[in-house]
Amino acid sequence: MNNSIKSLLAVLFGLLAGALLMAVTGHNPVEGYKFLIQGGLKSPERIGNTLATATPLILTGLSVAFAFRTGLFNIGAAGQMLFGGFCATAVGLSVDLPRALLLTLMVLAGFIGGALWALIPGILKARYNVHEVVSTIMMNWTAYWTVYYVIPGYFKGESLETESRQLPPEAMLHASWLSDMFQGSYINLGFFIGVVAVLVVAFLINKTTLGYELKAVGFNRHSAEYAGIAVKRSIVLSMFIAGGIAGLAGVAQYAGNASSLQIGVLPSQGFDGIAVALLGANAPLGVMVSALFFGVLYSGRGFMNAMTEIPPEIADSIIAIIIYFAATSILIERLFRKWKVRKSRAPHSAANKKQGEREHVDNA
Amino acid sequence: MWTTLEQIFPYAIVFTIPLLITALGALFSERSGVVNIGLDGLMIVGSFIGAFVVSKMQAQFGGSWWVLWVGLLAAAAASALFSLLHAFASINLSANQIISGTAINMIAGALTIFLARNITGSGNIRITSGFRPFDFPILSDIPIIGDLFFTNTYITTWLVLILLLVSAFILYKTPFGLRLRACGEHPHAAEAAGIRVRAMRYVGVMISGAFAGLGGAVILMTYSGEFTGNVAGLGFLALASLIFGQWKPFGILAATFFFGFASTVANVSQVIPQLAVIPPVILKIFPYVVTLIALVIFSKSSNAPKAVGEPFDSGKR
Repeated sequence: MNNSIKSLLAVLFGLLAGALLMAVTGHNPVEGYKFLIQGGLKSPERIGNTLATATPLILTGLSVAFAFRTGLFNIGAAGQMLFGGFCATAVGLSVDLPRALLLTLMVLAGFIGGALWALIPGILKARYNVHEVVSTIMMNWTAYWTVYYVIPGYFKGESLETESRQLPPEAMLHASWLSDMFQGSYINLGFFIGVVAVLVVAFLINKTTLGYELKAVGFNRHSAEYAGIAVKRSIVLSMFIAGGIAGLAGVAQYAGNASSLQIGVLPSQGFDGIAVALLGANAPLGVMVSALFFGVLYSGRGFMNAMTEIPPEIADSIIAIIIYFAATSILIERLFRKWKVRKSRAPHSAANKKQGEREHVDNA
Repeated sequence: MWTTLEQIFPYAIVFTIPLLITALGALFSERSGVVNIGLDGLMIVGSFIGAFVVSKMQAQFGGSWWVLWVGLLAAAAASALFSLLHAFASINLSANQIISGTAINMIAGALTIFLARNITGSGNIRITSGFRPFDFPILSDIPIIGDLFFTNTYITTWLVLILLLVSAFILYKTPFGLRLRACGEHPHAAEAAGIRVRAMRYVGVMISGAFAGLGGAVILMTYSGEFTGNVAGLGFLALASLIFGQWKPFGILAATFFFGFASTVANVSQVIPQLAVIPPVILKIFPYVVTLIALVIFSKSSNAPKAVGEPFDSGKR
């Protein structure tokens, strides 16, 4: 079975489980899904909002997927996103430049901020073999508390203690032609950052020597080393780039979808990125598609909540259940294989063997 | 200085206990060979079930003392059941244990709020009263130690400390403990010796679930009093404590107390003149940075179970 079928099955089961959940809690699943999808896609404005909601997810998903290709589990996308967004916000609030230059500088600052935040776990992994899951979690909380104190200290908002000053309009990713095209949606240039990042990463992973080396390290660290690939350098570089992409998610979120940075919360998109990457089978295009799908769920849930009594957290529940099914897709695969064997046991056992070979190729 | 220490010590202990019991549970899981990154989610489930059961029963029976104990038991049982999802994925299906654990965290975080909103509307569940702090009779009169350890303590603190001793005994002094550890070190040798590796791993994960559920419920019934849909990332901190404590019961005690004490100091620093001169951000990030440094120092001599995180494949040699 190939990856997209697995992902689709996981989505199907997740949606079924969501329907069951709605039914058990006394709601009408058909209505729920109707309003959920309408809320995400009914009008050009809602479609625009869905694309905007999906943008940070594309980028965090890409970040997790990229690191995963090198065999690294970047659970720290949330912290990298927060710190990248913080750096971009700091630049936007304190530098006075022509708009194009300022935005470029902010994007750069976001990338570097996120990248530096992931560089530390990368170095610790490469040099001291410290597991990146734990170190990136520590980095998450370090980012959380750093931002928690630095924002009120230096960039305090006019009215609220818990968020930064509003970014001036020229330091935000909004573009009036884009909003007009989607009839007043808050979609912004961040979406293009996401698309470009997907294309660049796809090129990097599939068409360059660097991408080949990173993937080789991910498949088997030892054989990569034996083949003369600088494993440690690859690990550090992979984390650096992954962190940078997560930092871009921070730019898209805090200077695009929102206009200020809130303190006291780790962005949930960081963790959702893991789900996006997993469902997208760690392939750039897959990440894009699954982020858009999650975008529909997240952006439609408010409308659904307004039209029915169903709590908006149903969207999060569905996503979480999808991820569990994606993680356990081997069960479906086993059942599928058993069924296949039973179906073709007597007459063509040779075809069966062929099937096994093809599957092997698919998996690779 | 001494009086401040006396004042913050009970708080530090209260904050340590949920971390300790959760990390202790994770010790069983990892010693049996299964990484459990879903601790945070399991704690949330415990906190949710605890709040649900206790709030319903308090409405029925008022403030009877046994209601809280029923809540603790229910929380442990619910989280143990919930952890079966992780056990099934990582033991039977050889799924990536970190991804499965992440799914556990996500499901717990989303599902509990979804259910809580269906119950209360706001998504928060309050309990009318939790455990009350008390002074240990006689022992609290001992100078120094009495003030630090035996005043303003909770009964759950002592329960968890007893569980710590029992766990250490079970892991190191009983055949069961030896077998469990063997499954995490060298599962094939364990299997050759007639141990059912998969069953042992199930037990390890379920103990982890039950203890994490207790941890979540203890937070609810000592210092928070309310289910809010998260446990402030304490599950991840418990996982870090497990590693910081080098997969040993008393190492974990030390590591969790370090986190508890450091967090409490950071929380109260503004009202203590000696500490108020230090920028609070330094105090807040201190425990995390120290953990990173500790991980580097321990990296050469890690005591991690050898087979932790590896799916057990009986046919592989």
